[in-house]
Amino acid sequence: MATTLTINGETKSFDAPPDMPLLWVLRDILGMTGTKFGCGIAQCGACTVHVDGKAVRSCVLSVSAVANRAITTIEHVGSTPAGAKVQKAWLDAEVVQCGYCQSGQIMSAAALLAATPNPDDSDIDAAMAGNICRCGTYVRIREAIKHAANGQS
Amino acid sequence: MNAHHNFSRRTLLTGGLATGFLLAFHLPLRAAPNEPVQPPDVTDGKFAPNAFIRIDVSGATTLVMPQVEMGQGIYTAVSMILAEELDADWSKVQLLHAPANEKLYGNPIFIIQATGGSTSVRAFWKPLRVAGASARAMLVQAAAAQWQVDPASCTTSKGQVTHKASGRTLSYGALAAAASGQTPPKDVPLKDPKDFVYIGQPLKRLDTPDKVNGKAVYGIDAIVPGMKFATLAQCPVFGGKVGKVDDRAAKKIPGVRQIVVLDDLVAVVGDHMWAAKKGLDALDIEWNEGPNAKINSKAVWDDLRAASAKDGVVAKSTGDIGKGLAAGEKFEASFELPFLAHATMEPLNATVHCKPDSCEIWTGTQIMARVQSEAAKAAGLPVEKVTVNQHLLGGGFGRKLEPDMVVAAVRIAKQVDGPVKVVWTREEDIQHDVYRPVYRDTIAASLSGGKIVGWKYKIAGAAIIARWLPPAFQKGIDIDAIDSATDVPYEIPNFHVEYVRAEPPAIPTGFWRGVGPNNNVFAAECFMDELARKAGKDPVEFRRGMLANQPRFLSVLNLAAEKANWGQPLPARVGRGVCLQPSFGSCMATVVEAEVDEQGEIHLRRVTSVMDTGIAVNPDIIVAQIEGGLVFGLTAALYGEITIDKGRVQQSNFNDYRMLRINQMPKIEVHVVKSGEAPGGIGETGTTAGPPALRNAIYAATGVALRRLPIDRKLLAAGKKA
Repeated sequence: MATTLTINGETKSFDAPPDMPLLWVLRDILGMTGTKFGCGIAQCGACTVHVDGKAVRSCVLSVSAVANRAITTIEHVGSTPAGAKVQKAWLDAEVVQCGYCQSGQIMSAAALLAATPNPDDSDIDAAMAGNICRCGTYVRIREAIKHAANGQS
Repeated sequence: MNAHHNFSRRTLLTGGLATGFLLAFHLPLRAAPNEPVQPPDVTDGKFAPNAFIRIDVSGATTLVMPQVEMGQGIYTAVSMILAEELDADWSKVQLLHAPANEKLYGNPIFIIQATGGSTSVRAFWKPLRVAGASARAMLVQAAAAQWQVDPASCTTSKGQVTHKASGRTLSYGALAAAASGQTPPKDVPLKDPKDFVYIGQPLKRLDTPDKVNGKAVYGIDAIVPGMKFATLAQCPVFGGKVGKVDDRAAKKIPGVRQIVVLDDLVAVVGDHMWAAKKGLDALDIEWNEGPNAKINSKAVWDDLRAASAKDGVVAKSTGDIGKGLAAGEKFEASFELPFLAHATMEPLNATVHCKPDSCEIWTGTQIMARVQSEAAKAAGLPVEKVTVNQHLLGGGFGRKLEPDMVVAAVRIAKQVDGPVKVVWTREEDIQHDVYRPVYRDTIAASLSGGKIVGWKYKIAGAAIIARWLPPAFQKGIDIDAIDSATDVPYEIPNFHVEYVRAEPPAIPTGFWRGVGPNNNVFAAECFMDELARKAGKDPVEFRRGMLANQPRFLSVLNLAAEKANWGQPLPARVGRGVCLQPSFGSCMATVVEAEVDEQGEIHLRRVTSVMDTGIAVNPDIIVAQIEGGLVFGLTAALYGEITIDKGRVQQSNFNDYRMLRINQMPKIEVHVVKSGEAPGGIGETGTTAGPPALRNAIYAATGVALRRLPIDRKLLAAGKKA
């Protein structure tokens, strides 16, 4: 079925079943592999993207639900002020280890900062608890979010 | 951060990706796509003095990574060691994944080409330094010959040779051709550590810039033109086979292209993962479960407990254990550790293109050469017809020390016309892991005069080494299973360690981050706290009393106690626990502070670790590894257990195989001590340290001496007593 989505400001048209999760459209149809598959049931956050600026789990979000909405992925989040700050803070704090979950972590953090420019620890917990990092980079994720929020980036 | 490192697909492609193992390279190679791995002697006029270093006429310095990057930062550490002795210009360093080549890139500790066991820096410290120094010497010789001066009068820095007396300088690029004609020196001198310019500095990692913008390419991100997507179901019962498959409904799903039925698994091939997964869900598969359908966790534990009652093979014995145990008041305890899954964030996957006369693989593995040879067997091809294109790993943790995912993908790909990307669902990944084995460690110890005078320690568990590295399995002793049991730092006059090989039925077992030391440090350090209490001593004080001849261990223990405010008052049901460990060639002390609430739930408050790893190649990466390793170990202590019923794993995804999350995190403080000793291992040290330190904190907070992981909250609710 022909579908059109607005992804990273560009219009993309493709054939996909309406129930197909956005994750697989991005990865397997559009070749945008920055968004990761981790669990398939919205338990790990590796697949997080922005829909109208909000962080959502693309592994359980069907393409039919996101038509006419603005989708942003890790490939483009650096063009948003919050995304750019987060990416820079991530490198400054050397957050990343294997990096596989970090696309999702960065998307969650960028959405947090866009909505809450100066998050406290409980804001960070609430926004980031859905993102698992098996390498255990949580200490630095928290530091980096605060660093980005303080405008030190 | 310099701009020379780019781990993206675009760079790979525009860089003229020739052999797939090329990771990040900005100058086109001449070889054509799909050619076999570039032999190391084909260097296109570059200065290529050894397996690790290539310098071209522009001065671009390419370092070939003999160990794989799975998050532990080894690409940066390896590069720093090479660049240090080479006096390379750090901003011109570029990285390549090594190809499958056991002879050139075998790990000197394992012999085979493997990354694991926190061995990378330990194993390659000397060879990489020699490689760098030797290349540097050849560049100096080339410059000295051109200038007709004594090589000893030349100096090097940042990719240049300088002759100060005459004010002349040549770049390594300008010398590359001439250096190729120089004879490598014998017994090349290595730098005095006081002259190190890179080693010891917290240099930025080389692999991370592309990991924050979606450009980094992991195995699961491989894109091969024309590829299909597949996902699979293996028999849920270990060793079971496929019976009947009704695929009528699956074939009706749009995008499903093919159903592959093998003896032990079924795969659905489709236009994308969604079609493949829906197709798989629509299959009606009847399994021949076989005899293992009777296996359950209770039977596994009954067997292990029975095995652990037997005498084992003696791994170490000093003094007289009989007399030692009789010389004081004797205490005994057993400690049990469960099966664990690895749950790397990147689920198992491999992309494979099988043709009649060749097989090409795109994946991320910890065992390049073994994957190549096992894939060749599965494909029915000579090993040289199999190309393995290594990628970044989205976590390894020992799971990718096994070739099974690639072998299964090759077997599926053999049935498919064209390339196919095979991706495991998280459920398949967790239910068909190669699990950290169950262990039971039994200790008998005697106390006299406030010290341990006899220590009899027996490990019972699987011999992973016997399967994974058979030549290393000697005299019935698994050197991994006993690791850290035979070299406890404490002075104990009568000391005895035994090993009982006990293989769980049909459940595949393998290495898991922290490996053997996980069980041994846990059992020994937990029992140490119980003995301290029997001796009426503070746990830190008790340990100090047995460390008179161990200055490095004493020093890390003292510093950890100081930094953690050891001995300062705490609220009710809050405790501090300590762990001191000799694992992976590093000396480490850790203090965990935790609260146990009225319901028995654990709240992590603070973790303090002090590490003496010898020379710290990159102190910031070391801190990061310890932070992350602690989280990995604490996660296992709090939640980790794979249980078996009716021959199948009962956990399936992160909802029932839980992970620690950011909202549960304690503060973590890591101190790296300055040291001139040879570097130790780092990647697994935190994992090993977390669980015993937490358990001892709980013991301090509640008086309950837990002897099994994961932590059973029911034993900790208010009112329970030890």
